[in-house]
Amino acid sequence: MSSQMSTIFTATRNPCRMCTPLGAVMVFSGIADAVPFLHGSQGCSTYIRRYLIGHFREPVDIACSNFSESSVIFGGWQNLQAGIQTIIEQYHPQLIGIATTCLAETIGEDLPQMIRRLQNELPESGPILVSVSTPSYQGSHTDGFRRAVKAVVEKLAQDGPAGRHINVFSGMISPEDIRHLKDIFMDFGLDAMILPDYSDAFDSGIWSRYEKNIESGTAIESIRRCGQAQASIEFGSVGDASASAGDALLRRFGTPLYELAFPIGVRLNDIFFERLRMLSGCEVPSRYVGQRSRLIDSYVDAHKYVFGKKTVLYGPADWVAALAVFLDEIGMIPVLCAAADCTGKLKEYLAEHLGPDKAERIAVIEDTDFASIEEKAAALRPDILIGDSNGYKISRNLRVPLVRLGLPIHDRIGASRITALGYRGTQQLFDRIVNALLETQQDNSPVGYTRL
Amino acid sequence: MSEILEKRKKQIRRKGAGPYEMTCEKHSLAGAVSQRACVFCGSRVVLYPIADALHLIHGPVGCAAYTWDIRGALSSGPQLHRRSFTTDLREQDVIHGGEKKLYQCLKELIAYYRPKAVFVYSTCIVGVIGDDVEAVCRQVSRETGLTVISVASEGFKGTKKDGYRAACRALSELVGTGDISSISPFSLNILGDFNIAGETWAIREYYRRMGIEVVSTITGDGRVEDIRRAHGARLNVVQCSGSMVHLAREMKEKYGIPYIHVSYFGLQDMSKALYDVAEFFQDAAAMQKARRLVREEIDRVLPELMRIRTDVQGKKAGIYTGGAFKAFSLVASLRMLGIRTAFVGSQTGSPDDYKRLEEFCDPGTIIVDDANTMELVRFSQETEIDLLIGGVKERPVAYKLGIGFCDHNHERKISLAGFEGMLHFAQEVHASVMSPVWKLIDRKNINVGNA
Ligand code: SF4
Repeated sequence: MSSQMSTIFTATRNPCRMCTPLGAVMVFSGIADAVPFLHGSQGCSTYIRRYLIGHFREPVDIACSNFSESSVIFGGWQNLQAGIQTIIEQYHPQLIGIATTCLAETIGEDLPQMIRRLQNELPESGPILVSVSTPSYQGSHTDGFRRAVKAVVEKLAQDGPAGRHINVFSGMISPEDIRHLKDIFMDFGLDAMILPDYSDAFDSGIWSRYEKNIESGTAIESIRRCGQAQASIEFGSVGDASASAGDALLRRFGTPLYELAFPIGVRLNDIFFERLRMLSGCEVPSRYVGQRSRLIDSYVDAHKYVFGKKTVLYGPADWVAALAVFLDEIGMIPVLCAAADCTGKLKEYLAEHLGPDKAERIAVIEDTDFASIEEKAAALRPDILIGDSNGYKISRNLRVPLVRLGLPIHDRIGASRITALGYRGTQQLFDRIVNALLETQQDNSPVGYTRL
Repeated sequence: MSEILEKRKKQIRRKGAGPYEMTCEKHSLAGAVSQRACVFCGSRVVLYPIADALHLIHGPVGCAAYTWDIRGALSSGPQLHRRSFTTDLREQDVIHGGEKKLYQCLKELIAYYRPKAVFVYSTCIVGVIGDDVEAVCRQVSRETGLTVISVASEGFKGTKKDGYRAACRALSELVGTGDISSISPFSLNILGDFNIAGETWAIREYYRRMGIEVVSTITGDGRVEDIRRAHGARLNVVQCSGSMVHLAREMKEKYGIPYIHVSYFGLQDMSKALYDVAEFFQDAAAMQKARRLVREEIDRVLPELMRIRTDVQGKKAGIYTGGAFKAFSLVASLRMLGIRTAFVGSQTGSPDDYKRLEEFCDPGTIIVDDANTMELVRFSQETEIDLLIGGVKERPVAYKLGIGFCDHNHERKISLAGFEGMLHFAQEVHASVMSPVWKLIDRKNINVGNA
């Protein structure tokens, strides 16, 4: 076993990362009257659709320029042109978000230049074309997501008189979390633009009209105003600053940027709510005071069940970072923090937020794969795993419960409705963690107590 | 109602609407949201079930991430196929070439996982960056003594069908390299069944009961050593005309092994498959055993099928499959349950497939090649179907329209092949169309298109 452990692999075994265009597609799907479009090979768009459909259980439309061999030799201009035309005829969108696949990038397509040319050929009333470079050999799906948000903002943001509204770049979160954030802003009386907002596109009811699928999402008009906002809030403190939309607005319009961790747990939510209090000039609405208080009350009720429990966390670095802080506040120990992407900052973040002593004892790996996570986890003998469905096999092999969070969750129903943000979202997450531990204890007990 | 795109009209056909040939096997229209995958996908899904081989995907991470443990193809032994290995090319590799990394990956993985053979899949950018994958495979083969096969499956170089062809080429490198001295004259290979939810096991058992030796199963529950001996079989029985026929043809040319086409879906087609095989061997005993087997199996499932039929007859269905061959069996199986097929389509049918399909279907049936979402929505509504049969990508569309759905693709976890499989299929259909949840939805009032 130990000789196996020391083997280092050049290959990636059971990948944690999905590819960059997937993130971009999610962003474009969350803009009203916008259609996501991949420039490159058809297979990628089909795979990404299939993957997102497996998670959200909702229709996902991604158009593609469908490269053929000749596009690779002569370039993809004609396919792009024809493809955009087809999309306009079929969807009449106001915006088309175009992301590249690795093939288009590798043959050296100059997408920005092609987009400029295409835009000039389109009538005034035609859709706005936004492009983002997302070769899958560069970064992960979370990077693609951030780059796309930034590309949209850079394209649309306009100067103008300063307003009271705020921008929220909430990152890769569930539709239910988006809805909860909207409620929170509304209750603070804040006029907030959340970008992207796929809460409806990826979690809608039975259709009343097919177009609804593209109609919902962040309004293009509100994105135009984001340069005039009083501030931007951006979640995900360990992400790549060069791909930050908030940072782009700060540089161009001087819009103050508040980079926050995903508000999970009491401490991180307190920071978030304090920020909202200051931005809105309103006291924290009583319902959130109540949610906070009930959350702490439940911590007390369950503290013994979670104390000292060793946890393996995996997912995008920004999620892992926030979750580690949350676990720490309830007395659980994140023994392994494994990031799918590569920020190089996770270790530092944990030292800063948990203290150097605790951080020292956490195994932190970035840019990893599931085979490595499994090998590390086996040695650490965790009590519980928190992450997406792809960790199921580890959970099965190690016989420890898995609390599903993140993307993909393709072996359970309700991925869209999982929440983790705000006091209320944390409450749901906390209950799930505690109950997973209790269930395991119950299942493994020879007596089978009915009261725990 | 949204219009069918002008350029797509030749790929859609209504039975009885006058003679003209269906256009298909075309590259998908740029911009359309097609349901199709790529060459790599074709190769990957065909070879994937070979359980004791190592499958290494040479390219950036995405292709590997999306195909990890993608099918429900079961193995009775090793599980190596259910892992996803990739060279995970990064920017530097793209600039300087990925050969060294590929070599390194192969050496390490082979040393650690000790597979029986290795398949290396080239994805989109590999040819573009100029890697000589063949050469690396040869070198590693020499150094390790293991068969390392390069699968030329660059995504953009054709359609999924070309991927099948590349997979067959890879397989034919194995076939003919094993010892065949002990193989019975009553022997066959099962081609084109992927052991989804144990289907190959069921089929294999039928042949065993007929006294016929199954030399290899390609590729469901596949093993490298068996495939090496496949040329010792007297007959190739090919299911799924699209994916495996190239291999069957090549084995006929090279080793003189004849092949027949069969389908294992539906009582009719399943029985016919067994009879055809018995007939091929011209063996009275085998035929007798086949007859008895069919009788016993049908007796076992028929009462339940008839009970289900009384519930579901009169309903209407739409079918959208990957390969066209499956569509035939589905139309027949639905017919047996008293369900009429209102439209039927596939991603990769040939002109011949569509012609036969048209003959086979009821008048008015819409036949379509490489449909996009909008069209599926349109046909589903226009024909007022109660049930859509397709793959995972079609599922949410059906559900959004308040229509029942059955997965007939490779990701399902329920076996649909064989006699038992027909029963499962009927149960699936039953659970879909009889669910009371549809009563809460007013299908007629879902307004689709540019209303
Ligand atoms: S189209 Fe190319 S890059 Fe995309 S999934 Fe297929 S092989 Fe991979």
